[in-house]
Amino acid sequence: MRALSLGGPAAVIALVCMVLAGGALAQARIGFVYVGPIGDHGWTYRHNECRLAIEREFGDAVSTSYVENVSEGPDAERVVRQLATTGHDLIFTTSFGFMNPTARVAQRFPKVKFEHATGYKRADNLATYSARFYEGRYISGVIAGTMTKSNRIGYVASFPIPEVVRGINAFFLGARSVNPDISISMVWVNTWYDPGKESDAATTLIDQGADIITSHTDSPAPLQVAQTRGVLGFGQASDMHAFAPDAQLSAIIDNWNPYCVARARALLDGTWTSTDTWGGLDSGMVEMAAYTNMPEEVAVLARKTEEAIRSGALHPFTGPIRDQSGNVVVPDGQVADDGMLLGMDFYVEGIVGSLPN
Amino acid sequence: MLAIEPRRQPSRAWSLLSPAIAIALTLCVGALLFGLAGRDPGHALYVLFIQPLTSTYGLTELLVKATPLILIATGLAIGFRANVWNIGAEGQYTVGALAGGGLALAFHDSTSPLLLPAVLLAGCAGGMAWGAIPALLRTRFNVNEILSSLMLTYVAILLLSWLVHGPWRDPDGYNFPESRLLSDAATLPILVDDTRLHAGLLFALLAVAGAWVLMGRSVVGFQLRVSGQSRIAAHYAGYSTTGLVWFALLLSGGLAGLAGISEVSGTINQLLPTISPGYGFTAIIVAFLGRLHPLGIIPAGLLIALSYIGGELAQIEVGVPAAVTGIFQGVLLFFLLGCDLLTGYRIRLAPVRGT
Repeated sequence: MRALSLGGPAAVIALVCMVLAGGALAQARIGFVYVGPIGDHGWTYRHNECRLAIEREFGDAVSTSYVENVSEGPDAERVVRQLATTGHDLIFTTSFGFMNPTARVAQRFPKVKFEHATGYKRADNLATYSARFYEGRYISGVIAGTMTKSNRIGYVASFPIPEVVRGINAFFLGARSVNPDISISMVWVNTWYDPGKESDAATTLIDQGADIITSHTDSPAPLQVAQTRGVLGFGQASDMHAFAPDAQLSAIIDNWNPYCVARARALLDGTWTSTDTWGGLDSGMVEMAAYTNMPEEVAVLARKTEEAIRSGALHPFTGPIRDQSGNVVVPDGQVADDGMLLGMDFYVEGIVGSLPN
Repeated sequence: MLAIEPRRQPSRAWSLLSPAIAIALTLCVGALLFGLAGRDPGHALYVLFIQPLTSTYGLTELLVKATPLILIATGLAIGFRANVWNIGAEGQYTVGALAGGGLALAFHDSTSPLLLPAVLLAGCAGGMAWGAIPALLRTRFNVNEILSSLMLTYVAILLLSWLVHGPWRDPDGYNFPESRLLSDAATLPILVDDTRLHAGLLFALLAVAGAWVLMGRSVVGFQLRVSGQSRIAAHYAGYSTTGLVWFALLLSGGLAGLAGISEVSGTINQLLPTISPGYGFTAIIVAFLGRLHPLGIIPAGLLIALSYIGGELAQIEVGVPAAVTGIFQGVLLFFLLGCDLLTGYRIRLAPVRGT
């Protein structure tokens, strides 16, 4: 954060100089491409929050625009390119499926800068960013493992990609660290945003005996089902307490604001370079919502876990970790490296069922 | 009082006029909506419907977007004229993309000039094969093709999802659900430099020309039309209903499959879990908007494509939500169906009856 606060005055001075020198400063245009609607109250909502944070921070020095509900298919490239050709200087593409379209457009427009969330392709004008949500998942797992009475957790999952599988494993490892009898069932809905499917999945899981629901999709629907059915659950991507005041235990909040504001500032300063950012609790990119609907001692345990991860004392993927067939994937005393985390395509030992393939 | 009474003959003039009236009414409603939302209606409509046409790139993107819509709608319209209701073009599109894309992936090292034609043929064949299932079910077991073709769409999408999550996953792609990129030998050539306009457009134009000849000049076309207007008459004339159902489903399936592989080979360049923003379903609207006539389908496809592209631009330039595109398409279809009333009926002033 220190770097940010030092950058502020510098940017203002630079801007003032440019305005004085040029008479009128061309506004920097920053564009966003969203996979869902900004009203999803989850993933896209949080990305839109960071767009608004940029507007608040820089006022008239920037103008922002967005395109929502962009399908991860043939349309994505046109939308990204349309932003590049309409004078945008920095373009955030906020879903994994926009990776190749973004890379293609970035190659064609070397002067425009691109920020792609959750991908792995980079170029001189294409940076990537993501957050270590698995840290929050581990804390959620610890809470769920302590709070469950039926020892069954229901998990509404989107697509079996490493990001989601990593979340499931982290949640399970957290839950098992406090409760050896825990079991976890997944329903794969094959979508990021479909409140109907998401709530059907949550209903099924509760009918099968789950008394805590967690999700890796973008809407509050699973949590709302938990509220209606009188079980507990977690918010996803943003604080969903308002949707389920009696059910939300906590929520993993994606806080992109500091990152986006810093990147916009770098653009204005002329110091933008292509980077690869993967921040966790310590960077502020991952936050936990207030610990509610649980006894104080559980909240204390959750806060302790959160602090241990933030300080680096605890890594959610600390060995020994075995996969489902019993092979040691992380030896005793070591932690999983980023390469393994980024490509994670196996369940850890103890999770029943196989990964859809 | 106004009275609605049936015409003796459907009015040809109204049949052609009604899309124009529907478009005009849609624009009025659109202007009203933008006005109520506090936007300048003139500017918003300009951004939606004119601005995409003001640059070469915008024009080529319009054609890129319209290509699969026209290809699919041309095939569907032929079936619809014969009362064969193929609602599953989305599935046939997907299987076409799978079959062609699968071949391209299997020979990803190949540089042979034969690869691209083979990939395209495989795409057609895949779409036909998926269309053949409802045809078989309909002709053999009298299963309603609306339901069977629609439900097979979901099977096709899940099949694609399974393949890109599993066996066809890019070995260098960190386990993400995508195939590797197609090789240059399996990529459709680009027609205009520095744009995405690919040779798929030529297939769409050929399909339209072919459909026009087929429906207007051939015996099969005549049989299809008669069968659509009166199955009993077709039966008396000795036409094979079974043959016509097979023909319509294979043709529309094949064209949808060609559209699918053209998108994969021409624009996306790899197989992803999502390869269509709903082209197979939107094409149904295009077919009806084009009066089920091959030559009508071209402007209809362009108009719907324009509404998508304009909708994206309107988000960027005017700051209106994505739902605007959906509202425009819904309102357009509503007015079109409403105006179609005037084709079969007329409205006249009738004397008020005494009570």
